[in-house]
Amino acid sequence: MFARLVYESFRRQKRRKLLAGAAITLGVTVATAMIAVATDIGDKINRELRTIGANLLVTPEEDTLDVEIGGVNLKPPTDGAFLNEADLPKIKGTFWHNNITGFAPMLPVNVLLQRNGKTENLTLLGTYFAKQLSYGKEDFTTGVRTTHPWWKVTGAWPDDNSVDVLVGERLAAKLSTKAGDEIMLSGRVLHVVGILSAGGAEDDQIVAPIALAQEILGRPGAVRRVYVSALTKPEDALARRDPKSMSGPVYDRWYCSPYPQSIAYQLQEAIPHSHAEQIRQVAQNEGAVLTRIEGLIFLITLAALIASALAVSAAMATTIFERRGEVGLMKALGAGRVAVASIFFAEATLLAIIGGLIGFAGGSLLAHQIGRSIFNSNISIPPVLFPVILAIAVIVTFAGSAAAIRKAVGLDPVFALRGEL
Amino acid sequence: MSARSNSAQELAANRAQSRHTSMFVRMLIRAAVLRRGRAASALLAMVVAAAVGTAMLNLYVDVQAKLRREFRNYGANIIVVGKDGASLPADALSHAESVINGRGVVAPFALIVARTSDGQPIVVVGADFDRVKQLDRWWSVSSWPSTPQQALVGVRAASVVTTKNQPFDLSFEGRTIHLTPAGTVQTGAAEDSRVYLSLADFVNWTDVQPSTIEVAASGSPEDVTAIMHQLQASIPAADVRPVRQIMEGEARVLGKTRSTLMAATTLIILTAALCVLSTLMGWVFDRRRDFAIMKALGASDWLLNAFFAAEAAAMGATGAIIGFVLGIGIAAWIGRVNFHAPVVPRFTVLPVILAGSMLVTLLSAILPISLLRRVQPAVILRGE
Repeated sequence: MFARLVYESFRRQKRRKLLAGAAITLGVTVATAMIAVATDIGDKINRELRTIGANLLVTPEEDTLDVEIGGVNLKPPTDGAFLNEADLPKIKGTFWHNNITGFAPMLPVNVLLQRNGKTENLTLLGTYFAKQLSYGKEDFTTGVRTTHPWWKVTGAWPDDNSVDVLVGERLAAKLSTKAGDEIMLSGRVLHVVGILSAGGAEDDQIVAPIALAQEILGRPGAVRRVYVSALTKPEDALARRDPKSMSGPVYDRWYCSPYPQSIAYQLQEAIPHSHAEQIRQVAQNEGAVLTRIEGLIFLITLAALIASALAVSAAMATTIFERRGEVGLMKALGAGRVAVASIFFAEATLLAIIGGLIGFAGGSLLAHQIGRSIFNSNISIPPVLFPVILAIAVIVTFAGSAAAIRKAVGLDPVFALRGEL
Repeated sequence: MSARSNSAQELAANRAQSRHTSMFVRMLIRAAVLRRGRAASALLAMVVAAAVGTAMLNLYVDVQAKLRREFRNYGANIIVVGKDGASLPADALSHAESVINGRGVVAPFALIVARTSDGQPIVVVGADFDRVKQLDRWWSVSSWPSTPQQALVGVRAASVVTTKNQPFDLSFEGRTIHLTPAGTVQTGAAEDSRVYLSLADFVNWTDVQPSTIEVAASGSPEDVTAIMHQLQASIPAADVRPVRQIMEGEARVLGKTRSTLMAATTLIILTAALCVLSTLMGWVFDRRRDFAIMKALGASDWLLNAFFAAEAAAMGATGAIIGFVLGIGIAAWIGRVNFHAPVVPRFTVLPVILAGSMLVTLLSAILPISLLRRVQPAVILRGE
């Protein structure tokens, strides 16, 4: 009898059930989409922040001071220590290798430019553009095109295995060089494939594949410094502690959190004789920006949840209110309060589960669309969200119905049947 | 039953004594007063929707300004340098200041290569520490210099110029300066291998004028571009360059945040509007007996429409105004909690909210009315 009552109620009141179901579906859709966006926004914005540049710098441990003014390095190029290029792929073997979006080694060398019978001192910067590397079984591509996304090239990017070069735009204007020209550098004829606009010191330099710089310097495998771009977690009190003073479990927690400090520590472990440090300008501010945006989206998600909970409970209250006549009839026929309430609750649960299922699917789709159109990447929906969303849908539907059901159950059947309330 | 008729008699007595008001207004007011519970729940839905809408629109406008300020912590977004490495003219700083005029921070820097007492080259920078503190907030400084002849030493430079924080000498073109280290600076970048001293000490010692002015200009990309043009016009002897990675990164992050916020705002306002729609439709539908009685007593269709529309509009306006006040409060609270700065209330949002609320309430009144109009009053009154 109970099952039949519920079944008939759904069969005969399609319009009302559809309205309530639609409200639940929409509420769950919005809630799912917002929760999915909120859980993923940190990662997405973190990736966007990587446009500002690398946040970690690896230098040789026993290096002499850099003497650099306005992009011109006055330190003798052979002076000081170097890192070994062969060690670099090990960066992808560190604990947080999935968080490392890219790295680019740098080797500045002094070169002589021969032009119209005169010679001029210039800096040639050797680096990776988009170098194919492999570590273990993993193949990856890295270089300035990932770590320095604001570099713009008119013409083509050089191949990492070629001896083609880029000329910085200010230098190019001075020399009136354009893509396709050839320049004489320290006795070599080099092909210029593009003009680089970097907005920094590189605009006055020549940028070349690192192998060429090493050859000019006569130090195969030498790297002066490595810029590493990593997705990090905003710094907190634990991050700032000295790892040497930590006890076992605290150290493990520190080591296994993607703080700039712990990633730097791991880079130092991976690359022999190196010193890794966060570039504070990038790393510190990143944390602040991330915290703000995450906090904002969190609060907005809360608002979305409240709005959808209200929408669901309003719809439920309305549908129950409209059925006072039915309640009167049931009570007049001898149904107790419990029987009436349990019918309504059973209907609400059924509606919540159906609405929750459709809403979850719709919300996943919506989150996917938001990710695609705003961030050009997928927003992943953690599977654990599914039972949580369903539970929330049922609870909110119950809470929304509870007041209306209590009122309906308390009705005097006489008034209800006469339609006087 | 007796309680009900008593109250009806009292009502009649009250009515006889009260001042004569127009029937239309009286019906509107009685409708709201007599069905307090339902009217209150419909109004609540309206208030919540208007509050959420106000808060979201306010934040949407304000968040960009807030985040831009956050991005100014990244330091300079414009650099002014002398052409071909020359020093800037002496009045460059005052020109730059008058262009910026409070819309950001301006900090001059002068750089030279000096020698330590054992002949090692080192970059020495003259800087205005008060401005640097505002411009480069990420510098981790153990203690800022406060008196003349004090230096701020980069962490990597420290071991080269001094041992155990002892005073040290630096020489430049035969002139020597005696400095006391005040503290160390750590940034993870070039600053670590430099020595900083106050601009006054620096100029006294070297006679070299600042060659770089770093500018952190606040405002939208258009404002910053305009500032760059003004700087170039007022200091023709200098090269004015944007710090591209900062400007581009800022534009990207702000753009994505704004789009996300836009999507969230749309979703939330849509949900809130739907909530109002379903509550109000229920409320109007519930009053089909009033409707039927009015019709049976000979009210015209026009009067009925006007009555329900006026009721809906009044509900929408009341809800919108209460909701607006509440929403401003929510936005201010979010601003305080998340950005540690108040969100300025934007009264330009009010007409939008007001119009939107009234539109939704009118819509939710018209839909059930148009359904009811087709039904004979007798059918409704019989309770069928």
